Amino acid sequence: MGCRSMFDQIPQFPISDWIDRAVNWITSTFSFIFNPIRNEFGDFMSWVADLLEQIPAIVIILIVVVGAFFVTGRKFGLATFSLIGLLFVYNQGLWSELIDTFTLVLIASLLSIIIGIPVGILMSKSRIVETIMLPILDLMQTMPAFVYLIPAVAFFSIGMVPGVFASLIFATPPTVRFTNLAIRQVSTEMIEAAEAFGSTGFQRLFKVELPMAKTTIMAGINQTVMLSLSMVVIASMIGAPGLGRPVLSALQRAQAGPGFVAGLSIVILAIIMDRFTQNIYKK
Amino acid sequence: MSVIEVKNLSKIFGKNVKQSIELLDEGKKKEEVLKATGATVGVNRATFNVKQGEIFVIMGLSGSGKSTLIRLINRLIEPTEGSVTIDGEDLATMNKENLRRVRREKLSMVFQKFGLFPFRTILENTVYGLEVQGIPKQERLKKAKEALNLVGLGDYIDQYPDQLSGGMQQRVGLARALANDPEVLLMDEAFSALDPLIKKDMQDELIDLQQKMKKTIIFITHDLDEALRLGDRIALMRDGSIVQIGTPEEILVNPANDYVERFVQDVDRSKVLVAENIMRRPETINIDKHGPRVALERMREEGLSGIYIVDSSRNLKGYLTADAASAAIKQDIRDLNQVLNPNVPTVGLDKPMQEIFDLIHDSQIPIAVVEQKKLKGIIIRGSVLAALARESGVQINV
Ligand SMILES: Nc1ncnc2c1ncn2[C@@H]1O[C@H](COP(=O)(O)OP(=O)(O)OP(=O)(O)O)[C@@H](O)[C@H]1O
Ligand SMILES: [Mg+2]
Repeated sequence: MGCRSMFDQIPQFPISDWIDRAVNWITSTFSFIFNPIRNEFGDFMSWVADLLEQIPAIVIILIVVVGAFFVTGRKFGLATFSLIGLLFVYNQGLWSELIDTFTLVLIASLLSIIIGIPVGILMSKSRIVETIMLPILDLMQTMPAFVYLIPAVAFFSIGMVPGVFASLIFATPPTVRFTNLAIRQVSTEMIEAAEAFGSTGFQRLFKVELPMAKTTIMAGINQTVMLSLSMVVIASMIGAPGLGRPVLSALQRAQAGPGFVAGLSIVILAIIMDRFTQNIYKK
Repeated sequence: MSVIEVKNLSKIFGKNVKQSIELLDEGKKKEEVLKATGATVGVNRATFNVKQGEIFVIMGLSGSGKSTLIRLINRLIEPTEGSVTIDGEDLATMNKENLRRVRREKLSMVFQKFGLFPFRTILENTVYGLEVQGIPKQERLKKAKEALNLVGLGDYIDQYPDQLSGGMQQRVGLARALANDPEVLLMDEAFSALDPLIKKDMQDELIDLQQKMKKTIIFITHDLDEALRLGDRIALMRDGSIVQIGTPEEILVNPANDYVERFVQDVDRSKVLVAENIMRRPETINIDKHGPRVALERMREEGLSGIYIVDSSRNLKGYLTADAASAAIKQDIRDLNQVLNPNVPTVGLDKPMQEIFDLIHDSQIPIAVVEQKKLKGIIIRGSVLAALARESGVQINV
């Protein structure tokens, strides 16, 4: 009892206040970086989305179907699924939303990979970097994804760019983790062979470790793509275009039908992207 | 001339390294060090030289420190103490850049488990050492192909390692090492993973290669047969220490201690070689036809100091030395029965080789191999070693 009252005497630490101030400070101090990113990068993304939208849907569908056929080793399963699935999305009038979502996922995933693989390599090479990075990665993955939206909006306003930013934070960890793990798992036998023939550190990395680690890294990339797709609905809350928007508006208006159709479209895109990346790394 | 000189080389795994080294210097054994400090002694003050062009075999039971020792030589494992010099340069203290240069130009390794890169073709694997040196593409491909031809894999260059049998993969490992044209080949149980027939082929091939290319080879094995076939000199390891270094004959005939002797015996017990496999065709004199003069004459022709005497149905009668024959001629004795020595060492056709060792060691004259009193062949000291060294040298009986 005495204890309790003693605890109650301690004033609440103004942590949230501090974070608010930190975010504000970052926003105003680094606006010279954030603004050009928002503008230039935003323009670039719209340009990519526009470009894809100008290609007739049927051409894209055909490319995907043929790609699916070959990427799965000349099997018809994924190709058939892609054909029916994509025609369904088109038929439901969600094609341009699909393209927007795809663009967002594609660019966010590419950035995740570009950032994640080098970080993973650094982690695998240095105990210290690994010790520092592991709790950060845990934090990035377990924090509710919504939380990232707030600073994302502060830094980049609304639209695709903050969506990509939030997705980056949420979806990069698997690529980092898997890269680190994959390189650490390369057998001593391979390392000894590389070393015994006088490889430099870079030669060892690029000629032995990365090729050996490729399959595992690709599994990480696959997860990154899936996580970044799962950010789509969340990102639509801060104005990112795409399939998340109809889901969100259906939710707000309590319309089960449109919500379900849009949700199904996300699932179709998810399955196609998942199987594509999976089959690429199995090769 | 020594290519490699290893001096007082030690490796301690684990903690308390300093303390462990001190204990070793006090003459403590591996077990005692482990008990006192918890550290594992990998190699305990090994000292030896390897001469230009020799096959130097390191032999010992599992865990005796062979792999650690060979990896200390190219510093895949950092030595705790001691030095390794190659052509006078100390590897143990040289900087990374120099170490890389030595590994590229002077030392190549063949691994027990092949150590081939699964994502590279046979040719790409073989070219690896030259590739990291930055040798122009045309030239390095040419050299790699030559090395592959040398080991008989010229037709498989575009296959991947998992498409090849174990023996072929081992050849790729050998070709990869040879492509660099190193001064010294380090081979860690390079043939252990192979089945006996392929193993023997590979051993023969290695001997051929060595004779052609005059490489210095350090070869690790736990197989006495292999050590005897390949080694110009053999070093025997136990608990991280080298307990004996010598030629195959020295090791077999004068085991330095109980351990070496047991090692030699243990390995031998499993061996299938018996008297019949190693005997050779004897020169003989027929006691029913010939006398001392013919016997002496035959000894002169063949350059022998003695000869076995048989009767017309090849029953063994005894052994006649040249001295005894001369004496008989002087005294005008015609009957060989009076001068020959009937007490000769004899063994049956199925006598195991290990037991023959002991006999040969004590005997001045060749051992007679008999079957129901008939002389089938003889065994001289050299033929035992020769048989061990090369089973192709097996002699057929008369
Ligand atoms: N990385 C390591 N860490 C700790 N101890 C090690 C390490 N490598 C080897 N050892 C120990 O060093 C000793 C010698 O091992 P080593 O592998 O050199 O033996 P070996 O003679 O090659 O045996 P084998 O015939 O089984 O290959 C063993 O006691 C082993 O447990
Ligand atoms: Mg070993």
